Amino acid sequence: MNARDEILARTRAALADVTPSDADVQVPWTYGQPVEVGDVLATFVERVEDYRATVVRCAASELPAAIAAGLKFTGTDKAVVPTGLDPEWLSAATGVRFVSEDAGQLGNDDLNRLDGVVTAAAVGIAETGTIVLDHGPGQGRRALTLVPDRHVCVITAEQVVSGVPEAVARLRPSIAARRPLTWISGPSATSDIELSRVEGVHGPRQLYVIVVG
Amino acid sequence: MSTPAGPPTAADAASTSLPGTGITVALFATCVNDTLFPGTPKAVVTVLERLGCRVVFPREQTCCGQMFTNTGYFDEALPSVRAYAKAFADYDYIVGPSGSCVGAVRDQHPMLARRTGDPGLVVASERVAARTLDLSEFLVDVLGVTDVGASFPHRVTYHPTCHSLRVTRVGDRPFRLLRAVRGLDLVDLPEAEQCCGFGGTFSLKNADVSVAMANDKADNVVSTGAEYVVAGDNSCLLNIGGVLARRRSSVTPIHLAEILASTEEAAS
Amino acid sequence: MSEQTHQRLTPAPPSGQLIDSPRFPVAAKHELGNAQQRANLRHATHTIRDKRARVVGELDNWEQLRLAGEAIKNKVLRNLPDHLVRLEASLTANGATVHWARDAAEANRIVVGLVQATGSHEVVKVKSMATQEIELNEALEDAGIAAWETDLAELIVQLGHDRPSHILVPAIHRNRTEVRDIFREEMGRYGTPAPPDLDDNPANLANAARGHLRDKFMRAKVAVSGANFAIADTGSLVVVESEGNGRMCLTLPDTLISVVGVEKVLPSFDDLEVFLQLLPRSSTAERMNPYTSIWSGRREGDGPQDVHVVLLDNGRTRALADREGRQALRCIRCSACLNICPVFEKVGGHAYGSVYPGPIGAILNPQIRGTASEVDRSLPFASTLCGACGDVCPVRIPIPELLVHLRHEVVEAKKADHGVHLPHAEPLMMRSGGWVMGDHRRLEAAQRASTLGGGLLGRFTDHLGPLPWPLSAWTSARDVPTPPTETFREWWRRVRGDDPGPAASGDTPAGHTPEETR
Repeated sequence: MNARDEILARTRAALADVTPSDADVQVPWTYGQPVEVGDVLATFVERVEDYRATVVRCAASELPAAIAAGLKFTGTDKAVVPTGLDPEWLSAATGVRFVSEDAGQLGNDDLNRLDGVVTAAAVGIAETGTIVLDHGPGQGRRALTLVPDRHVCVITAEQVVSGVPEAVARLRPSIAARRPLTWISGPSATSDIELSRVEGVHGPRQLYVIVVG
Repeated sequence: MSTPAGPPTAADAASTSLPGTGITVALFATCVNDTLFPGTPKAVVTVLERLGCRVVFPREQTCCGQMFTNTGYFDEALPSVRAYAKAFADYDYIVGPSGSCVGAVRDQHPMLARRTGDPGLVVASERVAARTLDLSEFLVDVLGVTDVGASFPHRVTYHPTCHSLRVTRVGDRPFRLLRAVRGLDLVDLPEAEQCCGFGGTFSLKNADVSVAMANDKADNVVSTGAEYVVAGDNSCLLNIGGVLARRRSSVTPIHLAEILASTEEAAS
Repeated sequence: MSEQTHQRLTPAPPSGQLIDSPRFPVAAKHELGNAQQRANLRHATHTIRDKRARVVGELDNWEQLRLAGEAIKNKVLRNLPDHLVRLEASLTANGATVHWARDAAEANRIVVGLVQATGSHEVVKVKSMATQEIELNEALEDAGIAAWETDLAELIVQLGHDRPSHILVPAIHRNRTEVRDIFREEMGRYGTPAPPDLDDNPANLANAARGHLRDKFMRAKVAVSGANFAIADTGSLVVVESEGNGRMCLTLPDTLISVVGVEKVLPSFDDLEVFLQLLPRSSTAERMNPYTSIWSGRREGDGPQDVHVVLLDNGRTRALADREGRQALRCIRCSACLNICPVFEKVGGHAYGSVYPGPIGAILNPQIRGTASEVDRSLPFASTLCGACGDVCPVRIPIPELLVHLRHEVVEAKKADHGVHLPHAEPLMMRSGGWVMGDHRRLEAAQRASTLGGGLLGRFTDHLGPLPWPLSAWTSARDVPTPPTETFREWWRRVRGDDPGPAASGDTPAGHTPEETR
C-alpha cells in the first residue's frame, strides 16, 4: 500500500468508534460578525500605533502630500512602486527615486538595494491593528513589501472593518482568486530574547500607515 | 468544640430561624483529615451545628480514591468509589472540607464507574457526585451565609489550592467567608494561584521539583508577614507547612474550617 | 560554506537521540541545578503569563472562541480522512504537489529527494515543530545539504549547538548575555559574522541576526516550512510568525517544501476567523502577531513556482485511535500551557526529552511516540495536576484529565511487564491501599497503626524528620506533624456514638499493612 492509502486507512481505522452523529459536530459560532470596538477608525489608528508603527489620517485630496511626508519621515530615497498604483499618489514626492515593479526583472538583490515601498492595501482590522494585503493592483507581489526596509501603506476608511471575522469574510473573494494574503500588524518584531518585544528584524523595520477619509 | 447533638431540646426549638435548620448534612471527613487532621472535620461539625444543621458521619466512608486514580491505578480506586457511593447514598447534602477530595468525587467517580460497565454503580456515583459539596460551597450557596459567627483576630493569608480553584471551582467563596470573620486581617498572597508543588504522588515521584515549588510557595507565604496560612485542603497545607516547619518559620498552617469554627468564647 | 573545520555544514546539535533521554525526574533534577536557566525561565514565563492574561481579558467572548476552536478541531478530527482528501485535491488544483509520509524517515527521504532534485546544497527554514519532530536538519546534513534556521530563537539554538526548550521560544532558557556570546562566537563560522562590538541589547542582537541571515535569504533557492493551518476548501497553507523570516522563506526562493502534520487541516478559510483570534493571544500574547502569510499553491509571478506539501502522520493516527487521547491533536502549538506550568517554569523544556515539552508534550509524546521508552513513560507524571494548563488552552484540551488517562496507560503497561520484569513495588502498594479503602473496617485497622505511632512519638516531638522510603522523598525537605492519637472517626464514636446510617457488621478486619502514601 502506498503512503497515502496507508495513512488514510490508518485514519479510518483510528476513527472506527466515531458514529456519523458523533462526527457531525456543531460549531457554536456565528461567522463573519462585527465585533464591538466603538469608533472603528479611531481604534484602528490606536491599535496600529500600539505596535510602534506611525499612523496619519488625511483626506483623499491630501494623499499625495501625505505620501511624500511619509517617505520623508521614514527616510526613503529609492522606493519600488507596485503595478497598478495610481501614479497621482506619488506626484508630491519629488525628492524620491521610484522604480516600477514591472520595469524589467527586479530580482531579490535589486529589491534589497531599494530602501522603501509604497502600496495600497486590501483590508484593515481595527481590533487588532492589522493591515491585510491581497497583493492585488497597487500592492505588488509579496517580495516588494518584504525586502525593502520601509513600507508606506495607504488604506481607505471603507477598507477598515471592526475585527478579524469581518476581515476574513471580506477576503473571501481574494482567496477564491487564489491570491496570497499577507497580514501585517506593525513592523517586523521578535520576542525571542527573554520574551521582550523588539521591533525590527527581517521585514520592514518602519511601517508608516496613511488612513484616507 | 461544640457539645454533641443529642435529642431535640428547647434550645433546638428556639433555633428554628438558623440557616441550617432542618438540613441534614452527611460529613465527608476524607481519609487524610480523618487520620491526620481530625481537628478539621471537628471544626466542620462545629460550624454546621452552630448554623443549625444536623450533622451525621456515615461510618462506612473511606476515601475519595484520588491517590489511586491520579497515579494511574483506576482499578485500585474502585473500592473507594464503591464505598463512597454506598456510604453516602441516602443523603441530600454531602459536605467535605477539601476542594481536592470533593473535586475527585465529582470529576472522577462517574468516569471510574463508567469503566466498570456496571450501570448501577454509574447511577449511584453520579447521584452522590452531584450532591457532594465543598464546605465553602455549602455555606455560601446552600445556607446562603458568609458570616458564620467566627472570630479570629490574626493576620492570615489564603492559598487558594489548585483543586479548590480549578477542579471544584469554589471561586471567591473562601474569601467571602474569611472577610466576614471578626478580627481577621486577610493579606494577599503573592503568586497565590501557583501550585505549591504537592500533587499527591508527584511529591514522591518528582520530589526535587516538588520541593522547589514548595519553597517558592513558602517564600511567598513568609513575605506576607502573616501568622497563619489558610487553605481549604490539608494536603497542600501539609506540604507548605512541612517546608515552613523545616525552616522553623513561625507561620502556622490552618484549615479554613478551623478559622470558621473559632469564636471569641472558644479563644478565651 | 567553506569555513567549517569539520565535515559538518551546520553547527552540530548535542549528541544522542531525544527518545533515549533519561526519565523526567532524573532530567529535571539535573535542570534544577542550573540556577541561571531557572532565573531565565522564571522571568520569561512570568512576563508572558501576565501579557497573555491582559490580551485575553480584552475579549469578552474568549470562552465562546475557545468553544468554537474546540468544536472546529473536533469536526476535523472526526472526519479526518475526508478533510485530508479535500485538502489534497484543492492543493493539487492550486499547482502544489502533495506527498504523504507515514513516519519521520519517510518524510525526511521525501524532503531530501526534493532538495536534491533542485541541485541546491542548502535550504532556509521557517521555524516548524513538525520538522523539529522528524529531525529533518540532521537528515539534510547527512545528505550534504545545509539547513539554516532563520527564526531568531531557532538560530540561537542552532548556533549554540543546543536543542529547543520551548515550542514558541526555543531559546527561552537563554538570556541576552548568553545570546550575545553565542552570536559573537559562532556567526562568523557559518556566514556573516556578528559585529565585533555586539552588546547584549536585544535590539542589537536582533539586528545581528538580520545581518547574518540577509545573505542566506537572498541566495536561497529552496525553503522548508511547516504550517500552522492547512485550509481544505481553498487549498491554502497559513504560517503565523513575527520576524519576517517566514515571509522571506515563503516568498524569495524558487522551491518551497512544507511539512504539515495531518491534524493541521481546517475545513474552511472561514475558520481562520476563530483561530487567528485564539492563536496570537495565546502564544505571543499579542492582539495579532506581526506577520501571517497565507498562500494557495503556486502563484504565477509571485513567490516559489515549485511548491510541495508533505502530509505527515508519524504517530498522529496512533493518537487518533485513542478515544480520550485524540483530544491532544486539537493542539495549535501556542505554548500557553508551557508558559503557565509551574513544573515547566522550574525545569525548562530539555527535561521532557522531546521537541514538545511542557504539559502538551507530557500528553502528546506518549501518544505519538508510544510508551516504550523510559522518558515517555515518565512524562504523564511530570505534573502536579494543578490544572492551570487546561484553563489556558485555547482549544480546551483537558490536559489534566489526559495526563491521568495516560498515567493509567503507563500503569497498565507496567503491569503487563510483570511477566518479564521483577514486580514493581508500586502496584503492590496501590493494590493493598485500594483494598484497605474498600471497607471502612480495614481503614480503621490501618488507622490504628497511625494513632499508635502518634501516641508513641507524640511524647517526644510534634514534628517528624526523615522517614523511610518511600516517604523519605517527602521528608528530605519537609517536616511532618506527628500523627494524632485519635482519629476523627474514633472521636465521633466516643463522643457521638455510632452514626445513624446502615449498621456495620462486626467481623474482624484483615491484618493488612496500611499504605498511606498520599
